[in-house]
Amino acid sequence: MDIPRDILLLMYERMLKIRHFETKVMELFATGDMPGFVHLYLGEEAVAVGTCAALNDDDYITSTHRGHGHIIAKGGDMKRMMAELYGKATGYNKGKGGSMHIAAPQLGILGADGIVGGGIPIATGAGLSSKLQKTGRVTVCFFGDGASNQGTFHEAINIASAFSLPVVYVCENNLYGVGTRQGDVRKVEDIADRAVGYAIPGVVVDGNDVLAVYEAVSKAVERARAGEGPTLIECKTYRWRVHFEGEPDTYRDPQEVEDWRAKEPLRRFKSKLLEEGILTEEEVQAIEERVVEELAEAVRFAYESPDPDLTEALTDVYAEQLLPNLCEGGSHS
Amino acid sequence: MRELSYAEALGEALREEMRRDSKVVVWGLDVGPYGGAFGVTKGLYQEFGPERVIDMPISEAGYVGAGIGAAITGLRPVVELQFSDWITIASDQLINHAAKMRYMFGGVLKVPMVLRAPVGGYISASADHSQSFESIFAFVPGLKVVLPATPYDAKGLLKSAIRDDNPVIFFEHKQLYSVMGEVPEEEYLIPLGKADVKREGGDVTVVAYAFMVLKAMAAAEKLAGEGINVEVVDLRTIDPLDEDTILKSVAKTNRLVIVQETWPRCSVSSEVAAVVAEKGFDFLDAPILRVTSENVPTPFSPVLENYVLPQEEDITAAVKKALA
Repeated sequence: MDIPRDILLLMYERMLKIRHFETKVMELFATGDMPGFVHLYLGEEAVAVGTCAALNDDDYITSTHRGHGHIIAKGGDMKRMMAELYGKATGYNKGKGGSMHIAAPQLGILGADGIVGGGIPIATGAGLSSKLQKTGRVTVCFFGDGASNQGTFHEAINIASAFSLPVVYVCENNLYGVGTRQGDVRKVEDIADRAVGYAIPGVVVDGNDVLAVYEAVSKAVERARAGEGPTLIECKTYRWRVHFEGEPDTYRDPQEVEDWRAKEPLRRFKSKLLEEGILTEEEVQAIEERVVEELAEAVRFAYESPDPDLTEALTDVYAEQLLPNLCEGGSHS
Repeated sequence: MRELSYAEALGEALREEMRRDSKVVVWGLDVGPYGGAFGVTKGLYQEFGPERVIDMPISEAGYVGAGIGAAITGLRPVVELQFSDWITIASDQLINHAAKMRYMFGGVLKVPMVLRAPVGGYISASADHSQSFESIFAFVPGLKVVLPATPYDAKGLLKSAIRDDNPVIFFEHKQLYSVMGEVPEEEYLIPLGKADVKREGGDVTVVAYAFMVLKAMAAAEKLAGEGINVEVVDLRTIDPLDEDTILKSVAKTNRLVIVQETWPRCSVSSEVAAVVAEKGFDFLDAPILRVTSENVPTPFSPVLENYVLPQEEDITAAVKKALA
């Protein structure tokens, strides 16, 4: 596949950003300084980046509880993300959503979701909306292996299939749903096989190979934009960390973790870019410095940003709206 | 004035709003050529075609959730559930998503969706086709909940619900679909969150909504023959709740009976009682009384069902008790 250099560089930089962002969040969270809890995307960077690189800026994504990577991959600003993680007024969602709930419609990010599988019908509705409004926009629905056992997965994919909706379902199969090995609670080996039941293409991809992900998603996006309907893409990957930071890792064989760390997606991509002469060591260094500086600025921004005003607690429950004057008391006798 | 049935009034509201705004789309089970299980969407498919009137598979979480996704991306979907009992299957989408998204995301998006769903018993449909879950949804911040009692209110409230930028759950009572009432030819809207005094009286306030308004009106008529003047307040919208109209009426009558078809615990009637106890205690000359369903699932046998659900005589008795 012939991928333009600027896209390759963008992919590299965004993977690197995710890696640095998540590593920093891990450190900050460990100090007890960051509120709530966080689910890190370390090790899965190739999935979000390979997927979003295949999208237009105005295409949509829906995200999950493990969503930081998706937001960065879709062009999210680390400053506003970090501020959101700190519950600050300057965060993407005024500090009201936190780590698990970032939405940025201006970037096509329709929201991350703390309910496993909850976003799948919503992504499907965005697809139906694009089709009915003929906008040409494609929606990518990110979800995990665990979510593929929810009813919402099956209901929504059936609807998308029935109406040939422009949706790409990207399953991040990291083998575990919280602490349960999903292979023990699912008979099929490949989640992509479930596509057969809905008469749509089901594709298995090495989720640690950003170019393979990009290629598979590009094909699915092309198909979606052509009005040929949805695709289910299963990206085999692994989360380096536990389900959420602070959880003891009692359920994974350390050897398994080591084996997967050896399949490091970022190093792999970097080696390829260097080998093929797309990047030089100096350029790698320069990108790294830029990302590190940008991240330091993001942390500074989050620290220095104000907490939300207490009045914010009571706003945004409803969209305020004035109805036209036709409403006058409305009594009729 | 022209008369329409409640179902026809709802259908007219949909038609007018779909003509006015191409973003308004309708989907659900059997809403297309079939015209909806209770006939509300009759003719819409023929007029607006399959791109705006869409039959869905029996996948309540799927197509209600799709309504949310469509609403946050520029459409104004009106989603129909064939029976509101199945709202439980879609409730994660409504409670964890539709209701909270705007708040959780700091106001960056809005969810202009209407979910229409038939409620109610008195039809020997037994426990899975007779329920009224409005209290659950009134409990959740971020949703609006509407239950019209007349064709006039049904039309005006549905048009407002469709124009509202928030998720609105619009419960229609199955007993009311065939009830006729005056509906003017000219366009009108009824604001959400405004109760309506359906009958004025100075002795006892009866607060009711949906089908119970008709029962309360019938009871009031009977009591008038005995010299008792009942004021019937139809809530129309239970969230937002029109506290002012309730309190104003109780300030006048000093007595309150709340009538609600469904179970009493943690319900709309509990809320109305709490509001009056907190903000209108000094108005009261008698304890607040409630007429509700017994706290059991709806039985199939008509004899048992009538025993369990509120009847006109229960309201009459409660009014007399409030005056005793």
